[in-house]
Amino acid sequence: MHRNELNSNNNKQKIQNIILRQYYKRKLADKLVSGFAILCVLIAIIPLGSILLEVIKNGASAISIQLLTFPPGAIGSATGGIAPAIQGTLIVVGLASLIAVPIGVLTGIYLSEFAPTNGLLPSAVRLFNDVLTGLPSVVIGIVGYLTIVLALGSFSVVAGGFSLSIIMMPIVVRTTEETLKIVPNSLREAGYSLGISKFRVTFSIVLAKAKSGVLTGVVLAIARIAGETAPLIMTILGTSLFFTGFTRPIDALPLRIWRLASQPYESAHSQGWGAALVLIIIVVLLSAILKILAQRSGYNVRTPHI
Amino acid sequence: MVGIVAFSVGNGSKDIFLKEGFFNFFTGADWNSVEGRESYGALPYIIGTLVSSALAMAIGVPVSLGIAIFVSEMAPARVSAPLSFIVELLAAVPSIIYGLWALFVFRFWIRDLIEMPLYNAFGRSIPFFGPTPFGLDWFTAGIVLSIMIIPIVSSISREIIKAVPDTQREAAYSLGATRWETVRIAIFPYAKSGLLGAAILGLGRAMGETILVTMIIGNTIGIAAIPHSLFSQSQSLASLIANEFNEASSNLQLSALIGLGAVLLILTMGINVGARILVSKIVKVSPGGRE
Repeated sequence: MHRNELNSNNNKQKIQNIILRQYYKRKLADKLVSGFAILCVLIAIIPLGSILLEVIKNGASAISIQLLTFPPGAIGSATGGIAPAIQGTLIVVGLASLIAVPIGVLTGIYLSEFAPTNGLLPSAVRLFNDVLTGLPSVVIGIVGYLTIVLALGSFSVVAGGFSLSIIMMPIVVRTTEETLKIVPNSLREAGYSLGISKFRVTFSIVLAKAKSGVLTGVVLAIARIAGETAPLIMTILGTSLFFTGFTRPIDALPLRIWRLASQPYESAHSQGWGAALVLIIIVVLLSAILKILAQRSGYNVRTPHI
Repeated sequence: MVGIVAFSVGNGSKDIFLKEGFFNFFTGADWNSVEGRESYGALPYIIGTLVSSALAMAIGVPVSLGIAIFVSEMAPARVSAPLSFIVELLAAVPSIIYGLWALFVFRFWIRDLIEMPLYNAFGRSIPFFGPTPFGLDWFTAGIVLSIMIIPIVSSISREIIKAVPDTQREAAYSLGATRWETVRIAIFPYAKSGLLGAAILGLGRAMGETILVTMIIGNTIGIAAIPHSLFSQSQSLASLIANEFNEASSNLQLSALIGLGAVLLILTMGINVGARILVSKIVKVSPGGRE
């Protein structure tokens, strides 16, 4: 009797031990994975933080009035600046937006408001849009070269704007469509019940409601193309002169950074950092506008990641 | 638009495919633009592209997953909100700036902290760890690419993990699962295809990346561009295009470069379409509204 009880007690103890051991094992695995996740965050934060730090540190010391307002000086000399590049970036990006925004927004409106739900055309447009989103930018540069540069016989602003607009368009289409889809149906119905035409409902009610969401997409796309380098190599070529015409080559910030970085001079590198800081400031400013717009719109627009 | 892209790239690369033959262009390793002895082959650059992107994936994907899990499952809101803001911000930093930083800062870290110790330890006995590294090679390119894709992959992964219904988590927790077990048994099966899609999207990005790779991969051409050791200079499809496009001496060379573009186009397009099908399986495109 006594022995039996002792035995069962012993067994209980064993089982409890096993359970306890398993419990610790599971706890340990949990802690290990948590540690791994935190380690990942640290691994990522160190280089990413270093990028921002270096750009700000090296860029701030390079930025001067001369850098911002003068064209590049002789190669290797510390004179001159990056003014044509800043001007060029603004012009090319502006031109790209002029092409891409109307087409992109209208396509987005079509997809969301006018397209039949299961039609062939809208699904084809969506598929092509997704394919365009995934194209490497260097390939788009080649397309710009083959279509515009060869036709005009010269590297030109137009070709650059065209290439960048191809990169921009899918982003604008996507965000426009998704924002319009979130606009509540009751608004459309209210419009129709008042006898307003579909056209007016779409443009005066739906689009007005979704305005900031659409703008978010546009700003996102601009922030993205402002930093593109590869397609510009084949389209606008880069020069050290200011804007001379839409069919002439022009300079752009990313291109200028690339050229400065490949020169073997300290002063060129320093100017490169300065240009990088200017570029980052442009992109970050745009992103900040984006955040504000997104918050004001009240919708949580899912930004497509390209 | 897609029509224009396909047509112009196809048309532009016609010459080279006609001259070299479709198959030979893919498998050839020569790259010679001297007139009379012209010969072009894409194989070294295809390998260079694949190898550097593979390294980028091997590093970038686990780290991104770790970040996504930390942000969505572990961190309190006051840590995760600014963290995901910073990550999103970094996704917007242009790749030329990653390139600048890699060229002037990061490559010395890599050389002094990883490559030189490895070389000193094994370089003389195992050829794989030679020759003397100086930081401009496919190894560095792969690592910098991984840093570049981390913000994108981790923010998509985070959104996919967030899309997993809470009931899944609650069920797992109520069975007494630890946090890791919840992630493993409740979240991963649910988000598997979406996470795979996110990773492949990152791969497409890494393969198409041009300017960053051009700045740090070392830019060799011909048979030497096939990575033969850990620290050998190499070349990717995109970087060769960027390097030679403006200096192309003949129409045939230009056509060869466009042919490289066509190869890159086919590779990335296949990858992206696959990724989007996978992602759309889990993340429903429209969050309510119409229907």
